[in-house]
Amino acid sequence: MDAETYELIAAYALDALDGDERARAKEVLATSEEAREELRSLTEAAAAMATATVGPTPRPELRDRILEAARAEPQDVVSLDERRGSRLVPLLGVVAAVAACAALALGLWGASVSSDRDEARSALARERAAAAVLAHPAAESSLTGASGRLVVGADGDAVLVVSDVPPVPAGKTYQVWVIDGGNPVSGGLFSPAAGTIAIPVEGHVRDGSVVAVTVEDDGGASAPSAEPVIASAPVTLS
Amino acid sequence: MPAFAFHAHAPMRQDGRALPRHTHLSDEALVALVARGDETALAELYDRVGRVAYGIAFRILRDERLAEDAVQEGFLAVWRAAAAFRPERAKASTWIVTLVHRRAVDIVRREERRRAEPLDAAARGDAVDPEGSAEDAAWLGFERDRIQRALAALPDAQREALELAYYGGYSQTEVAERLGVPLGTIKSRMFAGLARLREVMDETGSEGSWTPRLTS
Repeated sequence: MDAETYELIAAYALDALDGDERARAKEVLATSEEAREELRSLTEAAAAMATATVGPTPRPELRDRILEAARAEPQDVVSLDERRGSRLVPLLGVVAAVAACAALALGLWGASVSSDRDEARSALARERAAAAVLAHPAAESSLTGASGRLVVGADGDAVLVVSDVPPVPAGKTYQVWVIDGGNPVSGGLFSPAAGTIAIPVEGHVRDGSVVAVTVEDDGGASAPSAEPVIASAPVTLS
Repeated sequence: MPAFAFHAHAPMRQDGRALPRHTHLSDEALVALVARGDETALAELYDRVGRVAYGIAFRILRDERLAEDAVQEGFLAVWRAAAAFRPERAKASTWIVTLVHRRAVDIVRREERRRAEPLDAAARGDAVDPEGSAEDAAWLGFERDRIQRALAALPDAQREALELAYYGGYSQTEVAERLGVPLGTIKSRMFAGLARLREVMDETGSEGSWTPRLTS
């Protein structure tokens, strides 16, 4: 990008453009991933300026007013194409529902991590990545051994969404594996929780990958030591 | 990951009307629920982000009623467009503040309400929210100090351009006119200032500001 483009995006992030310039910025943003990434980080910086302000607090009535107005206001429906590309069309409703349920579980998952800061921070990053995958899945695979599905994003990030996984015996843990051509690589450990949970799979999956879950000793294993209790159908990525 | 500002997991609830059902969720998960028409998720987002959103709207508009309008319009935009939110593009709290800021800027330009100087001391004020919990106040105070320090560390000309634009709602053309400086100069000051702010925030943000929110 040239200097002029950087300046245009900065001004856009600050809401300092007039109508015509705003339209031009949107054109640039529509065609350039680099520009969108620049906007993302500059917008965080601009929004930080909002936090720096000190002022009066809103009247409590404002909250009620907003909720009341929302009740009367229809919501936009995002078109199929926007939401998830052209594939897997008939599953839209199901996916939206799963994504929302999973979002719930993701919150629990994020909250259940230890208070260790680095760990909590990376858990949050995983949660964000998982939310992105669920919002815009590129592919899904069915599961055997549990009800749920494997949801895969365009870049190979994957989230295992499963329901009612039974508890493991003391001293044991569930371990996720990504299997490419017979070579399992650990995709992380998880503990079961009631209801539907979404487990961000560490690493990436590719076309043909299978994701499986085994029960291992606490701390996990370097290779699976038992038959999978859950396995996905091979991933189909275009 | 840059960690600053009204963070997703910072305690920001501004009154006692907690919604236990949703307090354990991330902001991004709440937006996903809002997309399904969940009002309590919208309420929880308001409780977390509303105070900062109102603060910036008031800073720009200097009028309670107009600031409330901007916040309401911004949150209604959240309500309508939640299904289009892309968590990989922005933090949910940033998205919301951006929507409210945009509304406030639109209103201030529409109203031709050329407001008090955005740079004056009164705008900064020193009011402490008497309603918020001590924990909220401490956290928000910490963030505010950090960002104000980062702003203060910018060259004066850059800070002036950023503040006129973001706090004043002036377009870059208006900023250039007000300051009697060529437009090209203003553009480069805005970019340099904002990029520098991003850098400083990233550096200082890596230590100490991030508070994991534990389940309640």
